[in-house]
Amino acid sequence: MSALAATTFTVPPVEFGKLSPMLIAFGAATLGILVEALAPRAHRYRIQVGLALVGIAAAFGAVLALAKTGVEVVAQGSVAIDGTTLFLQGTILVIAFVGFLVIAERKTDQNQDAFAAQGASVPGSQAERDTTRKGWQTTEIYPLLMFSVGGMLLFPAANDLLTMFVALEVLSLPLYLVCGLARHRRLLSQEAALKYFLLGAFSSAFFLYGAAMLYGYAGSVNLAVIAQHVAHPDAGSTLLYAGLAMLGVGLLFKVGAAPFHMWTPDVYQGAPTPVTGFMAAATKIAAFGALVRVLDVGLGGSSAVAVWRPVLQAVAVITMLVGGILALTQRDIKRMLAYSAILNAGYLLIGVTSTTAQARAAVLFYLPVYGVAIIGAFAVVTLVRDAGGEATDLSRWAGLGKRAPIPAALLAVFLLAFAGIPFTSIFIGKFAIFQAALNAGAPALVIVAVLASALAAFFYLRVVVVMFFSDPLPDGPTIAHPSIAVKTALAVAAFATVALGIAPSLLLHLANNSAGILAK
Amino acid sequence: MPSSYAPLAATGTFALIAWVIAIPLAGAAILLLGGRRTNRFGHLLGCAASVGSFVLGAVLFFALLGKPGDQRSYDQHVYTWVPVPGFSADAGFHLDQLSIIFVLLITGVGSLIHIYSVGYMAHDEQRRKFFAYLNLFLAAMLVLVLADNYLLLYAGWEGVGLASYLLIGFWQHKPSAAVAAKKAFIVNRVGDVGLSLAVMLMYTTFGSFAFGPVFNGVSGAKTGTLTAIGLLLLLGACGKSAQFPLQSWLGDAMEGPTPVSALIHAATMVTAGVYLIVRSNAIFDAAPNARLVVTIVGAVTLMLGAIIGCAKDDIKKALAGSTMSQIGYMVLAAGLGPIGYVFAIMHLVTHGFFKAGLFLGAGSVMHGMNDDVNMRHYGALRKFMPWTYVTFGLGYLAIIGCPPFSGYWSKDKIIEAAFSQGGTSGWILGCTTLLGALITAFYMTRVMLMTFFGQKRWVADEQGHEPHPHESPWVMVVPMAVLAVGSVAAGALFSYHSAFVNWLEPVTGHSDGRLPFSDALLQVITLAVVALGVAYAWSLYGRQEVPAQAPAGAFATRAARRDLYGDAFNELVFMRTGQYLTRVLVYFDLKGVDGAVNGIAAGLGGSSGRLRRLQTGFVRSYALSMFGGATLLIAALLLVRG
Repeated sequence: MSALAATTFTVPPVEFGKLSPMLIAFGAATLGILVEALAPRAHRYRIQVGLALVGIAAAFGAVLALAKTGVEVVAQGSVAIDGTTLFLQGTILVIAFVGFLVIAERKTDQNQDAFAAQGASVPGSQAERDTTRKGWQTTEIYPLLMFSVGGMLLFPAANDLLTMFVALEVLSLPLYLVCGLARHRRLLSQEAALKYFLLGAFSSAFFLYGAAMLYGYAGSVNLAVIAQHVAHPDAGSTLLYAGLAMLGVGLLFKVGAAPFHMWTPDVYQGAPTPVTGFMAAATKIAAFGALVRVLDVGLGGSSAVAVWRPVLQAVAVITMLVGGILALTQRDIKRMLAYSAILNAGYLLIGVTSTTAQARAAVLFYLPVYGVAIIGAFAVVTLVRDAGGEATDLSRWAGLGKRAPIPAALLAVFLLAFAGIPFTSIFIGKFAIFQAALNAGAPALVIVAVLASALAAFFYLRVVVVMFFSDPLPDGPTIAHPSIAVKTALAVAAFATVALGIAPSLLLHLANNSAGILAK
Repeated sequence: MPSSYAPLAATGTFALIAWVIAIPLAGAAILLLGGRRTNRFGHLLGCAASVGSFVLGAVLFFALLGKPGDQRSYDQHVYTWVPVPGFSADAGFHLDQLSIIFVLLITGVGSLIHIYSVGYMAHDEQRRKFFAYLNLFLAAMLVLVLADNYLLLYAGWEGVGLASYLLIGFWQHKPSAAVAAKKAFIVNRVGDVGLSLAVMLMYTTFGSFAFGPVFNGVSGAKTGTLTAIGLLLLLGACGKSAQFPLQSWLGDAMEGPTPVSALIHAATMVTAGVYLIVRSNAIFDAAPNARLVVTIVGAVTLMLGAIIGCAKDDIKKALAGSTMSQIGYMVLAAGLGPIGYVFAIMHLVTHGFFKAGLFLGAGSVMHGMNDDVNMRHYGALRKFMPWTYVTFGLGYLAIIGCPPFSGYWSKDKIIEAAFSQGGTSGWILGCTTLLGALITAFYMTRVMLMTFFGQKRWVADEQGHEPHPHESPWVMVVPMAVLAVGSVAAGALFSYHSAFVNWLEPVTGHSDGRLPFSDALLQVITLAVVALGVAYAWSLYGRQEVPAQAPAGAFATRAARRDLYGDAFNELVFMRTGQYLTRVLVYFDLKGVDGAVNGIAAGLGGSSGRLRRLQTGFVRSYALSMFGGATLLIAALLLVRG
């Protein structure tokens, strides 16, 4: 009897309330699968879109309800719910909402969405033609993307490396799939998906191996425990830093830092454009959240910072140079924006390496403002169309300002923001990051970043010049008239970009307050 | 000395400050974004926004009036623009005795001119856009005078520059208007660079853009720095206020519609430079050398403008020369320091009334004369346009300084202040202002006689339409009449028990100078000088008939007709040397800089091309580079660990 009593299993308490944003997202995704199985094909689109948007809104409501939470580590120490987590979760959900509005668009392309009628059909086959003619749609993408959103919500909250790994996989796997489902240029899309998957798997292996090494070092995958061992080392640090490096490969791959960036242009170009926009914004937010947590919580001890800081600064410099220089010669607007995303990852890394609360706040501010602008930019790309899908070659955009003043003006707003022109949100974001880096004693980094910005101004403004100062092509692309949903998304993105440049203090205060609350 | 700068928080009624700006801004936004849909009521909305802003301004004025003298300074913090540690830029407004004067002048005269424009622009297809720009101007100008820091002031400064550019070039289909707009913009850039440098220098010196830290920090700053700031501020003021050597744009700016000339290029925007100097009195008080330069610039412009005004046959350009000259008076007074600040502002306000009235009168005349601006084609109009004649006449009496009209009170005080300066400079400045008064009387009498008296010299326009001069509609006459009341009464009202001096003293400080001779003697001399100017003009243009063709004229006349060769000078000194310099620079640019830049660009492009080759598209090579990167990362971390 006594032996039995000793092995009685006690149910670990799980704080469902604190986990509710993620649970709602996963719940909506699971319901979506049921809808896919049970609802008639004709109604699926409407139900799925509604379900996804309601799920995101409900999860956002849950985040707001939790907003007063201080620092709380729940689910047996594996999930940290704190100001930083909640800020990032809220941001991801807002981005996801705007992103879904663009993803669900069916008006720009003859009442079809941006996805293949049936993912399984071979490109160019009879099956493809049949399913297209019947008007089938891959409505599975909505539950898939909701799973991804759930993973993104968990990623920056994960307080141990295994949970973080699970979150990483949950957010990545659906994205691999969705990237391969473009309606037009399907082979390019499938190639992109395969590349993304292979390299993603490769980087995940690095991440897992790194987690194992850190377990070997600290005897735990919990970030708090690792932090204790860093503060009071009782063994050599080889395992620690080798583990950190490999963990870093996985995370830097996700944020798109050099030299782990090479998937970015190929995948951004091949993926359906609305998904590219969503990915570029939301994945980056989640991945930077996770990176900040690993570095500031797990390895925030001063002895560790002194080691990884210069290395990561070098990565930041290489990332900015690669992104800035390679963007110069791009002729495809999606690839250009991909390299710009790499460049921006470099700016954000400067913020991460500065390790002060001020720098963390600057990163928190930068992520949402960059996110809405990049979603907006890709949404404009979906409107400029040729017979075979979107016209992404820059030469086709000549004189767009004369033929379609409103989309061109919106894109110009986003590009000027990327270029860091004052009175745009990203100018403030850059300013905040650079100021934090200066205060943290890294002037050299700021100089490189400013030079890279000057370089970047060239390729952003080139698009503006092509749009507004060249004559329109006689056989130029057509401009699709989007639905009210996309118009709303664009309006929100443009408004946020300008308004947060003129009155950034609202969001900056929130970011400042949130960045101060981190579960260490 | 003014009391130290310590404003109170704007609560209660004073929380309305931001709304004074928000209303015209909203008007401009609605009219510009609403597009053609707002055509029908655009002009009414524009007027309503302006009048609404004026009403709020009046409410604020009476609220200030109800407070004791040391409680008339309020700060309203709107929001912090960039709240990052180590740098902060706020958006906030400051209301005190000085700014409320400007608020009332801008919105008051602005409202009258809005109403006048309803009639003046009645037949213009773009009338809605015109009102949108006017509202935009009001908002920007109000930001300029209500800002509580130099950064926001600079934003307003650029805003009025933009509005001015848009309105000068409003009839852009006329090449002359387009060129004039461009000229005004470019000349103003020179001044704007000065102001922006001044603002940056202030930030590095005082660590803040806000008025408080700057003014209260003056005592701790080096005189050299303060002089530099003062001179840079003066450069900014010269651009906006058309002072020597940046005066050349104002005459051409008359290409804009006449209400614009009245509001922006006579009554308000061009006086922004005077506001800037008076507002920065703490800096100028501590930098006597900068102040000396200010008085010199004022004196030179005062003569320059007056001489140009004598020779112009274009009624608006004659008045533009006069504006330049009158602002010269104000700048000179501001340069005199505490003796003059108050009178600079007082003359600014009275000038706002009578010059706006004169311009509206000129517009009314043009309206009746097929938009002809040449005074040699006018004559005898007093019988045909009685209201215009009377209101213009009252403005005329005010500007020449005939007692008891407005200009007499304010200009006389400036002359007095100039003599009170003492020493040689006092005599020089004083005699300059007296000479200016003589010339003012001459050229204004000339304008008056050529336009309203003598024989008809009317000519048909290019399409052969004979002019049929008639009185303008009441929407145009009423604003002229209201401004005429101001031209008559404002000066006496301000001087009653030194009301104006007492009002402004807490902001600018005031000290009475000592005249080297008796006050009465100066008054007599001044009036005699004015009478002389009138009489001489009458002997030339009243007693004998004015030729319809301009005579060749003496050398001085020819020079004045060409703006005393201001443009020629600019062309020779700046444009030619500029062109030469550009050619030299282009040469070096091609040989040296371009080599370097192209080299860098080619280098970057080349490295871009080479780096691109790494992007093979093969997943295996991507994986290999990731592997390499991972190896480097591990090696680096382990190496740094040491």
